[in-house]
Amino acid sequence: MMDGFFATYAWPALIILGQSLLLLVALLVFIAYVLYADRKIWAAVQMRRGPNVVGPWGLLQSFADLLKFVLKEPVIPSGANKGIFLLAPLVSVTLALAAWAVIPINENWAIASINVGILYVFAISSLEVYGVIMGGWASNSKYPFLGALRSAAQMVSYEVSIGFVIVTVLLCVGSLSLTDIVLSQRDGLGTMVGLPNSFLDWHWLALFPMFIIFFISALAETNRPPFDLPEAESELVAGFMVEYGSTPYMMFMLGEYAAIVLMCALTTILFLGGWLPPVDFWLISWVPGVVWFVLKMCMVFFMFAMVKAFVPRYRYDQLMRLGWKVFLPISLAMVVITAFVLKLTGWSA
Amino acid sequence: MGLQAVFFYLFAFVAVASAFMVISARNPVHSVLFLILTFFNSAGLFLLTGAEFLAMILLVVYVGAVAVLFLFVVMMLDVDFTQLRSGVLEYAPIGALVGLILAAELIIVLGGATFAPEIAGSGAMAIPPLTERQNTQALGDVLYTDFIYFFQIAGLILLVAMIGAIVLTLRQRDNVKRQDIAAQVARGPANSIEVVKVKPGQGV
Amino acid sequence: MTAELLLQSIQLSMPEIILAVGAMALLMVGVFSGERSTSMVTGLAVGVLIIAGLWLLLVTGTGSAFGGAFLADPFAKFMKVLILIGSITAMVMSVGQAREERINRFEFPVLIVLATLGMMLMVSANSMIALYLALELQSLALYVVAAINRDSVRSTEAGLKYFVLGALSSGMLLYGASLIYGFTGHTGFQEIAAVLAADERSLGLVFGLVFVLAGLAFKISAVPFHMWTPDVYEGAPTAVTAFFAAAPKVAAMAMLTRIVIEAFEPITPDWQQIIVFVSIASMILGAFAAIGQRNIKRLMAYSSIGHMGYALVGLAAGTQAGVSGVALYMLIYMVMTLGTFACILAMRKKEEGNVEEIDDLAGLASTHPFMAMMLTILMFSLAGIPPLAGFFAKYFVFVAAIEAELYALAVIGVLASCVGAYYYLRIIKIMWFDEATESFVPASGELKLVYGIAGIFTLGYLFIGGPIGAAAQAAAASFF
Repeated sequence: MMDGFFATYAWPALIILGQSLLLLVALLVFIAYVLYADRKIWAAVQMRRGPNVVGPWGLLQSFADLLKFVLKEPVIPSGANKGIFLLAPLVSVTLALAAWAVIPINENWAIASINVGILYVFAISSLEVYGVIMGGWASNSKYPFLGALRSAAQMVSYEVSIGFVIVTVLLCVGSLSLTDIVLSQRDGLGTMVGLPNSFLDWHWLALFPMFIIFFISALAETNRPPFDLPEAESELVAGFMVEYGSTPYMMFMLGEYAAIVLMCALTTILFLGGWLPPVDFWLISWVPGVVWFVLKMCMVFFMFAMVKAFVPRYRYDQLMRLGWKVFLPISLAMVVITAFVLKLTGWSA
Repeated sequence: MGLQAVFFYLFAFVAVASAFMVISARNPVHSVLFLILTFFNSAGLFLLTGAEFLAMILLVVYVGAVAVLFLFVVMMLDVDFTQLRSGVLEYAPIGALVGLILAAELIIVLGGATFAPEIAGSGAMAIPPLTERQNTQALGDVLYTDFIYFFQIAGLILLVAMIGAIVLTLRQRDNVKRQDIAAQVARGPANSIEVVKVKPGQGV
Repeated sequence: MTAELLLQSIQLSMPEIILAVGAMALLMVGVFSGERSTSMVTGLAVGVLIIAGLWLLLVTGTGSAFGGAFLADPFAKFMKVLILIGSITAMVMSVGQAREERINRFEFPVLIVLATLGMMLMVSANSMIALYLALELQSLALYVVAAINRDSVRSTEAGLKYFVLGALSSGMLLYGASLIYGFTGHTGFQEIAAVLAADERSLGLVFGLVFVLAGLAFKISAVPFHMWTPDVYEGAPTAVTAFFAAAPKVAAMAMLTRIVIEAFEPITPDWQQIIVFVSIASMILGAFAAIGQRNIKRLMAYSSIGHMGYALVGLAAGTQAGVSGVALYMLIYMVMTLGTFACILAMRKKEEGNVEEIDDLAGLASTHPFMAMMLTILMFSLAGIPPLAGFFAKYFVFVAAIEAELYALAVIGVLASCVGAYYYLRIIKIMWFDEATESFVPASGELKLVYGIAGIFTLGYLFIGGPIGAAAQAAAASFF
């Protein structure tokens, strides 16, 4: 009886726990450097130096920030709804990390390879708005509340176009599993014209307009500039985070960057061939897939950072116009067009 | 009792408890948050029955979109719920009596009756393993073929709901300046700049 | 479902598809040409309805479509033609009022077309799911239309009241449908009937039946589910009320007929007693409650409650004669109601606009003799005085009830119609014998046309009744 319990439940549970911890630690370290990279890139564009004091070239800056936030005293405003005020950053960070459970960073390297993986990621990322709304409301203050309202409308609007983009990809793949989505990009436009397997086969080329829409919607979904209206400092001070300090604030930041990295990973999986090597050449194929995956993620993040540095913030009505009047019709039309093309040419699996 | 049962009782208990909290919480925002928790646990229950597509769609649609707007509205409305509730106690005994009678009748009827054998059979029907047939595929196969009629009427109902919401609430305000992107883009130096030669010492 | 079957289904449901596509196209026309397009959209909507009607009459065959969920039989065709006529007339009548009051919006005709589509689907619904969805399509459009004059408190109140109570009744219907599914294992009407015929009926099924009938009784505003009717009729703009009183009643009655005659045929005694009770209650309430009314729209609301009671007399009989009586009753009721509402819409004074008090009709005979004449004919007919159309309508349902040995029902019906005659005659008295006050402005052409045709139809029914009765009998024959 006990043996059976250990064999069926205990050991697998421990193994999953270990895998999760490993992924979490790796992810958190990665996020720390993503934060550092974000600041460095932004500084470089503005001809500043950026963080350069803590550690060699400022490499330990994020960890110093972490220590500072943790050691500070958390301040809870007297009019705040205490439970929800503290729950909000937790929700934000937990959800952003929970989505990573199904992300395959290499073939069969996912903690849970479920058959509706993409839906799971989509569902979790659509829940991330709750951290913002709860935080904004519980602060019991004007600026945070306005930020929360903006964020709710914004994230719900852009989820719609993200959903349609995912549908077009799914039409091409024929499966909801993230692993299948990556594997289906082995062959594509490139092999169709007789080239060997290469980066031309990935979905970014075949579904180029969708790739662009997805990238911009991902910016809006994660409240990144130029769509950072929920925390626009020139209008709302710091939006929904005004009343937060110390560890809760850090958790909001962590959640935000975890969501950004998640979107980078999702872009990689949907459009950039996941862990697949860019060209089919023995030296390059020999490099483990996880390296390619991380490299591609970094590339997408570089684009995120550059957009932040280059593009001025949108006005709120422009943001809504873009989401509902431009992206929604285009992505809806693309779903129909893609379906027609696949059906008429017989390319669908 | 396997792990499945443990999770079933966990999800079911939290779902029922938070559903109870939805109607008993003093703060309406808390009510909505408990409602979200209920949805979440219902999604968990769907997962346990092998309906993974339904579970995810429940999360995406209800929790991710509908409940957000719900929360949005509840936060914006400054409703004094204690005042609203004050009348409830007066009518509570009558309501409870009617409810009890109805419940008793239904229990008598349903307790003594057996459901049709066809239903019992379909519940016990073996679900094909996920590797053979996923329920996303199964749904996709029938939605536009066997059930196209219902599906299309449902679409029309949603269209009517949308038209209705717009008809009853949209107000065109007259004194608002709207951005016309096309006009902005089409504007060029020819029709917006006038080059004037100014003689020195005279001004424009 | 194979492509061939699907094509066949599309052919059978072509009128409905014309309406659906037409409504969407009209919406685009309206959106892109702005608020001033209302009259154009109204004209096009009438065109769409006429095309659908012609297609229905000339092209569509009979059969069942979409895996049995949709049924196109002679009964459905008869009722659909009635619905289309009702919708077209109501839309034509609305033009004048739409211009005056602020319901001048292009969505109005689009919503009417969508509601009509819902009604046609209701008539053809052959399974519980199809029935529920069609009912919701129709109801949702009607809720919005009731509140279309959104700046008026009365109109929005009417819309809200209708919505809340309608949602409740839909809930009951759905609950009943789920019980029926639970105890029979089917949602299709024929399959339900087959199970009921084979097995002994269980108590749970009767519960389901009661819930379904309660939900449907709400839609035809039969007692005890009538409370919303007077308020909604009074609050909604008159043109909308005219629409409410005609086509949706026909559709809901047709649906009720189909479900009890087709799905619950094996348990006739069970539903018969419910229908008998509802029928008696509606007739009596309709007759007595209308007496004290001063507002003519409220009066018409109670009148329509009473008329639904009379129509249900035919249904209670459950025979072929009874069903053909119901079909005929709905036809004549619709014509009379539309004619009367055309008169009510013509009650316009120069300063006050539309008026609704019965006393405003005083001396109509001296100021507008033609309108007074027609309204008098319609009132006599509504009261059931021979040899007008309303008499024949009542005659056939009572005869069916007597043939089915429902003597008490028939006697109560006759007595109630005697009481009901009082308030119809009072209107006639006010028109012909009271002193004239301020006169109405001349009625517009389309209203004159509608009440003229309605009056002549009711007057001359004796001569044209033969073929109409035959059509109603052919429609009823599709069940037996």
